[in-house]
Amino acid sequence: MAENVEIRWHGRGGQGTVTAAKVLADACLSGGRDVQAFPEYGPERAGAPLRAYNRISDKELRMHCPVKNPGFVVVVDATLLDAIDVTEGALDNAAFIVNTKKDPKEVRAKLKAKPTQRVVTVDASTIALETIGRAMPNAPMIGTVTRVSGLITLENAVEDVKKSFGKKFSQKIIDGNVEAVKRGYAEVKEG
Amino acid sequence: MSKKVGITGNEAIAQAMRIANPDVCGAYPITPATDIMQRFTSFVANCEVKTEMILTESEHSAMSACIGSSVAGGRVATASAAQGIALMWEMLFIASGLRLPIVMGVANRALSAPLNIHGDHSDGMGMRDCGWIHFYSENAQEGFDNMLMAFRIAEHMDIRLPVMVGLDGFITSHSIETMEYVDDETGRAFVGEFKAVNPLLDIKNPKSYGPLILTDMYMEYRKAHDNVMAKVPGVVLEVAAEFEKISGRKYGLFESYRLDDAEIALVVMSSAAGTTKDVIDTYRAKGVKVGLLKPRLYRPFPYEQMGEALKHCKAVAVLDRADCFGGSYGPLFADVSNALYHYAQRPIMINKIYGLGGRDYMPDQAEYTINELIQIAKDGKVKSIKEYIGVRE
Repeated sequence: MAENVEIRWHGRGGQGTVTAAKVLADACLSGGRDVQAFPEYGPERAGAPLRAYNRISDKELRMHCPVKNPGFVVVVDATLLDAIDVTEGALDNAAFIVNTKKDPKEVRAKLKAKPTQRVVTVDASTIALETIGRAMPNAPMIGTVTRVSGLITLENAVEDVKKSFGKKFSQKIIDGNVEAVKRGYAEVKEG
Repeated sequence: MSKKVGITGNEAIAQAMRIANPDVCGAYPITPATDIMQRFTSFVANCEVKTEMILTESEHSAMSACIGSSVAGGRVATASAAQGIALMWEMLFIASGLRLPIVMGVANRALSAPLNIHGDHSDGMGMRDCGWIHFYSENAQEGFDNMLMAFRIAEHMDIRLPVMVGLDGFITSHSIETMEYVDDETGRAFVGEFKAVNPLLDIKNPKSYGPLILTDMYMEYRKAHDNVMAKVPGVVLEVAAEFEKISGRKYGLFESYRLDDAEIALVVMSSAAGTTKDVIDTYRAKGVKVGLLKPRLYRPFPYEQMGEALKHCKAVAVLDRADCFGGSYGPLFADVSNALYHYAQRPIMINKIYGLGGRDYMPDQAEYTINELIQIAKDGKVKSIKEYIGVRE
């Protein structure tokens, strides 16, 4: 793993994107790493585009500004691909992780991704509907990011989702989220 | 030693308050500090602290409740920001004038109008001359550590003054970062028992607070306050040395980063200091002798120590996250200039106003400033002393 990993999340208010960034940061704490998770605060309303960021490093994290050159770009809502340029500033070896039913090759063409950049898709909204009963794509996206980034193991991710969601939700919802993380990890397509 | 956790700056402040276990908190919510009291009130509700919460109808009343509880003889803490501090302004002077050891966490935020909820230092600078002790924190860790130390400093028998502990609104108040707590038992032992001085509730020994003092003694009272302020740096260092023993973390009046052999330097507070340190490392790798000074204790301002730390530099840039309208330069610039004025040989100084209302402070702003300092150190030419950076043209 690179010594400093920077992630940019694109989502819409109400999809749990900020929570996903927080859960990922928490899971990455293991092994003594430094982590950051922070959203870009604007008018917080359901459906509005938002960004959140992670930094994960073996060294002390001192930067206190948005990530400009992410190594991973996570798009939690594919309708954002028509609204904003999610590739802005992405590293040449960045991976784009997009929640969509579409084929990764189609997404690659739309993003105009460089040959050195990876494009990965997962149908997180469908997984969420089937496991949680709501189109909350954050849990499956955590699973997909876990797999693509290699930052943590699936077991780490599952444990952290249990811990983070356990405070607020019933066992049924926690089980649904755990299943969602596992399926997000498993049902990854790359092209 | 407790393990590393990932938490927000606001939670760090709230946890320090939980360890200190105040007798009373008078509070009124305001973004971005609301979260501090929201978390703290859950500790109250769960009986993790013995604190009596007084939820008031305004910040003026919140500080008034803190003052009343403090003169009654209790340990008192609160949190606020921006308009809240502006509204308490009158009471801030009363808290310090009555020599009350109230501790206030602040998620520093811009002032209205125009309405803006984001991080800058306008609120802290607005209370600059209120007779409080001020600390500014770079991150959640420093927020926690400063808050814990604040109780010791405020309640020190040679001091007995209110203390403000600031961190940057949203930038660090709401970001999750890695930090390490001091475990509860160690933290409680460090903060110690509260000792009341002349409490009003000691009804067998009646006292009066806030009497009228006119031309006869007011000036003597103010001089006494100034004398106490002069003792603060010594106590701050004493408490920091003790804190280092329990935490392993070392604090001074300010932080010097790669400054000893620096030819040029930046002075910048709070979260922007971290970003600047990373940029300094890249310049150092290229052989540029650049360093940083990050103020921690802002009031009383350690003029002598800071002058000594910076006087050898050829050029210094002071970055202000607030402006004094009509005062020509930013508040921190004015202070650092004062610190250096007395030296015959002193650096050429420039002032950058950055990050107002939460405008991102990006590495390129530090690079821009360092490049200008390199040029000034070389040819001594200053294009303008004060400049707004990161502004949309």
